[in-house]
Amino acid sequence: MKKQIPLIITFIAGMVMVLQFFIPHRPFSDLQQLFNSWFLIITVFAMILGLGNLFKVHTKRLQRRPKGWWYSIVLLAGFAIMFTVGMIWGPARGTPFDYLFWNVHLPMSSMMFALLAFFVASASYRAFRARTPEATLLLVSAILVMIGRVPLGNYIWDKLPLIGDWIMSYPNMAGQRAIMIGIALGIVSTSLRIILGIERTYLSGK
Amino acid sequence: MNIAGRLEKIDRRIIFLLTLLAVVIPLLLPIGFEIKVSEPVQKFYEAIEALPPGSKVLVSSEYDPATMPEVYPMNQALARHCFKKDLKIIGMGLWPQGIPLNQASMEQGAEEYGKEYGVDYVNLGYKAGGIVVISAVAENMPNTFPLDYAGRPIEEFEIMEGIRNFDNIDLIISLSAGDPGVRHWVMIAQGRYGKKVAGGVTAVSAPAFYPYLNAGQLQGLIGGMKGAAEYETLLGATGTASRGMDAQSIAHGLIIFLILFANFFYLLGKRRKK
Repeated sequence: MKKQIPLIITFIAGMVMVLQFFIPHRPFSDLQQLFNSWFLIITVFAMILGLGNLFKVHTKRLQRRPKGWWYSIVLLAGFAIMFTVGMIWGPARGTPFDYLFWNVHLPMSSMMFALLAFFVASASYRAFRARTPEATLLLVSAILVMIGRVPLGNYIWDKLPLIGDWIMSYPNMAGQRAIMIGIALGIVSTSLRIILGIERTYLSGK
Repeated sequence: MNIAGRLEKIDRRIIFLLTLLAVVIPLLLPIGFEIKVSEPVQKFYEAIEALPPGSKVLVSSEYDPATMPEVYPMNQALARHCFKKDLKIIGMGLWPQGIPLNQASMEQGAEEYGKEYGVDYVNLGYKAGGIVVISAVAENMPNTFPLDYAGRPIEEFEIMEGIRNFDNIDLIISLSAGDPGVRHWVMIAQGRYGKKVAGGVTAVSAPAFYPYLNAGQLQGLIGGMKGAAEYETLLGATGTASRGMDAQSIAHGLIIFLILFANFFYLLGKRRKK
């Protein structure tokens, strides 16, 4: 029963969602709305579980004191401050939560991402080598797209943006479509396996 | 070690310094490169231009401060464009951090064009659930978002009068930096409900959306800071994206130079070994 009940629930939920897509009328349309509401409620609880897990992991780190344990203090303090401030004043404009978002979270998050520019420059110098014909093809197309997609490319040669656009619109699109179709087929087959109870790893991890 | 070998293993701090200079100098001393508008951005612009005054545009913000330099200028320009055309904006988001950024963009545009919260624009806030939120909004918007981002009931707002589901929305725009984002709006809003969808994405993710654009599933696409700068050019305004294009141009040029430079010495070393 421990396995059969979840399998039945999965089958019913999965089949209803498939049927409502092809038959968007009652009772399937009503069931879709009902399932959507349930999903949104469950998602919030999943977030709470995630937060609880984060709290547990970092509390344990504080107890065990491994290398870099003080980062857990920063994380827990940040979590506690944002949570408390958000719960008391809400997220509206002009509240302390909004102030912390714009003056603490935003600059720190932007700064972390900005560092990427330095690492990309360094990595491209060290790792981007024309070692094989495939790597050379990738390198040449990357250079053409990079230079073609900034105004500097147009200054160097006015056909460079056109070449960049052609690479994006033809070889790139063909490759992207192939990947997307492959992913979609994979999702369909995995979903069917789960709905029909063939794939059961989500139940016990085995 | 010979010169080729030494140059190949150049200290990374020198590269960091060059990158810093390539970004900072053009920001301090703008060059003013001409920005040419690409077809996907032109289409995006035209999709908004085609809407009659009073039309309702759903703007969903799926980005965060990390991708702000690329997506925020699009958000700002979009708000200005909509208010200039007397369009109403209904804001929402599938990423929590995108909500205050969208709100700030709308407030900025509203101030310039004398628009009022609740009448000309509203921010419904964030709801967890990704693609299912889109599906839920499509069927019943007031049920999915009974309150705005600050916790006020949406019935209080004039803009929400008569808004029931996607039938009451004229255009959907997703500004996204990942998943959930434009892809999911296309899958549900366009694919299932036949709504017009346009998108603004980061430069790194833009290539993945060309198939949707080519198939007509996306009305238009703004890709990265370059796309945002093109959009600003179409609006006749210089924003943060246009100002950043000089720095991005020089930084791209530097990276290309570094790649070519390193490969030159790599191939030279390889030939010598033979």
